[in-house]
Amino acid sequence: MESNIILQLFGDNIWSYLIIVAIPLVFVIIYALVAILGELKVASWVQDRLGPMRTGWKGVIQPIAEVVKLLQKEDITPKNVNKPLFNTAPFVMFVGSFAAFAVIPFSSKFIPADLNVGLFYVFAVSSFAVIGILMGGWSSNNKYSMLGGIRSAAQMISYEIPMALSILAIAALSQSLNMNTIIELQNGGFWNWNIFGGSGPWYKLLFLPFTLILFLIYFIGSLAETNRTPFDIPEGESEIVAGYHTEYSGMKFAMFFFAEYANMFVVSALVTIMFFGGWQSPFGDFLNDPIMQIVWFLLKSMFFVFVQIWLRWTLPRVRVDQLMYITWKVMLPFAFIAFLGIATWAMLKP
Amino acid sequence: MAERKDIEIDFGRIEAQRTRLNLGPQHPSTHGVLRLEVELDGEIVTEVVPHIGYLHRCFEKYAENKTYPQVIPYIDRLDYITSMSNEIPYVLGIEKMMGIKVSEKVEAIRTILAELNRIASHQIAVATFGMDAGAFTPFLFFFRDRESILDIFEKLSGARLLYNYIRIGGLMNDLYPSFKNDVLDVINVIRKTNAEVMDLLIDNKIFIERTINIGVLPADVAISFGCSGPVLRGSGVPFDLRRDEPYLNYDKFDFEVCVGKGEMGTLGDSYDRNIVRYHEMEESCRIIEQALKILPDASEDVRSAMPKKVAPKGEIYAKAENPKGELGFYIVGDGKNKPARIKSRSACFVNLSALPAISQGSMIADLILILGSVDIVLGEVDR
Repeated sequence: MESNIILQLFGDNIWSYLIIVAIPLVFVIIYALVAILGELKVASWVQDRLGPMRTGWKGVIQPIAEVVKLLQKEDITPKNVNKPLFNTAPFVMFVGSFAAFAVIPFSSKFIPADLNVGLFYVFAVSSFAVIGILMGGWSSNNKYSMLGGIRSAAQMISYEIPMALSILAIAALSQSLNMNTIIELQNGGFWNWNIFGGSGPWYKLLFLPFTLILFLIYFIGSLAETNRTPFDIPEGESEIVAGYHTEYSGMKFAMFFFAEYANMFVVSALVTIMFFGGWQSPFGDFLNDPIMQIVWFLLKSMFFVFVQIWLRWTLPRVRVDQLMYITWKVMLPFAFIAFLGIATWAMLKP
Repeated sequence: MAERKDIEIDFGRIEAQRTRLNLGPQHPSTHGVLRLEVELDGEIVTEVVPHIGYLHRCFEKYAENKTYPQVIPYIDRLDYITSMSNEIPYVLGIEKMMGIKVSEKVEAIRTILAELNRIASHQIAVATFGMDAGAFTPFLFFFRDRESILDIFEKLSGARLLYNYIRIGGLMNDLYPSFKNDVLDVINVIRKTNAEVMDLLIDNKIFIERTINIGVLPADVAISFGCSGPVLRGSGVPFDLRRDEPYLNYDKFDFEVCVGKGEMGTLGDSYDRNIVRYHEMEESCRIIEQALKILPDASEDVRSAMPKKVAPKGEIYAKAENPKGELGFYIVGDGKNKPARIKSRSACFVNLSALPAISQGSMIADLILILGSVDIVLGEVDR
C-alpha cells in the first residue's frame, strides 16, 4: 500500500482507515458548498444578473444559508407512503455517489482504496443511485414521483451501455482497470493524455477522432447519469413537478441534492482520470509533486463540473424517447466504432 | 400497428392500465390556474379534459353595474399581460356607437402602445414556451427587456400592469417628452435580444426536435374551432384583423402577416406557432417605427374629444387583433350610463378549446409544450 500516504504516516491500523474514509467525506461537504455557490454564480453570469449578493461578501455564504434552511425545515412524511423505502431512498442514493470516492485518486500518494478493478467498481456503484431514485419514486405514492422514477430507470439502461463501452476502450488502451495505473501511463505532459491516445509516437494522432468520440460519449452519458440538463428527464420540473423527489422535504431532500452534486464530481473526476491524465501535471515533471497533483486533479475536475453547470443553463431538455434515440441509435454505434479504433491503436502501440 | 396486432394474437389482448393524472391547478407549467385532467397510457396522453373557472371573476355581470369608463379597469384584468391592447376594442366600440372621432395623434399613440404591448406579450409567450422545454435562460433575457417596455408604460400611466390609460375619446394624459427616444431605444434592445434568443433557443437543435411535429393543428381544424391570432396563423392561415379589417390607422403601415410555413416539421405544429410569435415581434418593431414617423409633434390635447357623458344607445360588436388573438366585445347600450350587457369574446378561451384535439397521442412532456405554444392567460379564459 505504498500509494497511500495516510497508511505510511499512521501505520496499518483502524484509525488510519477512519481518517482515509473521513477525508473524502469532508471533501464532499466542502465541495458541495462550493458547487452550489458555483451553480448560483454561473447561472447568474449566464443570465445577466448578479445572483446572491446579500449573504456575506458577494453572497459567498449563501450555500451555508441554504443548507441551514433545509436543516430547519419540517421533515414531512406523507400519509400513504411506504415508510421504510421512503426513508431509506435518499441515503441509498447518497451511498451510491459517495462509495465511488473510494477509488478516486486525488494524488499519486492518496487513493482511499487502491483496487485493481477501480474503473469497474465506480461504474458498478454509481448505478446504485438509480435504485435510490426508483425507491423514492415508487414509495412516494405520487404519480409524478412514479413517472420520474420509471423515467430514471429507463434512462439508466440507455446511457450505461455506451458509457461502458468507452470505459472498456480505456481499459484496452491502458491494459488495466486500476485508477493509478491508468493515470501513471499518461505521464509526461498533456501530450500523453489519453485524449491524445496516451503515450506513443506521432501517428497516435491518427486515432484522435476515436478518442474524441469516446470522450464525448462518456461526457454526454455522464450528463444523463447525473440527471443534468439536457437529460434532467427524471426531475423535469416543467412536466412532472420535481420528479422522484416531489414528496421529499427538509433533510431528506437535501440528501438527494447532495448526492446529485457528489455525483457530478464523480463523473467529472472520471473524465479527468480516463482522458485528461488525472492528477498528472500538464507540463510533464514540472510541478508534479504529490501536493500539486491534488491541485491539478481538482482544477481539471472542477472544470468539468463547471461545464456541466454551464450546459444546464444553456440547453433545453430532451424528451425521454429522444434520449433513447440518442443513446441507442447514435451513441452506441459510434461507441462500437471508437472502441474498435482504440483497440487497433492499443495493438499497434509499441 | 401491425406489430401490435401480432402481439395481441400471440398473447391475447393487451390491457394497459390507464392512469388519470391531475395536472394543475397548482402545476408549474399550466400558466396559471388551469387544471388538466389527463389520462395516461404510460407516458402517452390518451385524453385531456381542461377544467377552467378557477379565476372566474364575473366580468360580464360586473360590467353591467359600472358606468362605461369604470368598465375599462376590469378589461385590464382580463388578459393582464396585454392590458393596453385589451382596452382598444372596447374603447373603439363605444366611440363608434357615440360617433366620436379621435385625432390622428391619439390614434398613432394607441397603435404604438398596442404594438409595444404585443411585443411584451409575445416575449412572455416565447420565454415561457422555452421554459416549458427546460431552457431557463431565454426567459430571463426576455423579462429583462420587458422591463423597459413596462417602464415606458409606467411613465405614461403610473401603473406597470393594469394601465387604464386608453380612455373613451382619448387618452389618460399626453406623452412625456422623451417618449420617442425611449421607444426607439427599446426597439433596438428588443432586436438585439431577439437575435440572441434565436441563437440560444429557437435555432437550437434540441429545441427544434422538441417542438416540431407535436400538437399539429391543421388549418381547417383551426378555423372550425374559431382559433385566432398566432395559433391560427401558425397553421398557415394569413388572417390578421390589422390587415383584413383595419382599425386605428393600421392601413397606413407596411407590415407582413407572419404565417407558419412548416419549414422544420409539419405545418401547424408547436414550432410554427412559436416562430410566428417570434417574427411578429420584428413586424411590431417595424410598425412602431413607422408610427413614430407619422406621430404629430403638435402639442394638441389628447383629451379634447373625450365626452362629458357616456351613454350610448344601440349595440355593436367591436374587435381587435390582440397578441393572443381576436378580442371582441359585444356591447348593448340602452341610453343609460351603464351598459345593458357586455359579452366578451376571448381569444385564449377559444384557442384553449382546441387543446384536447391537438394533444391526443402525444407524450406528457409534449402536452406541456403544446399548452405553452397555445399561449393562454387564465385571466382571459375565465374572465
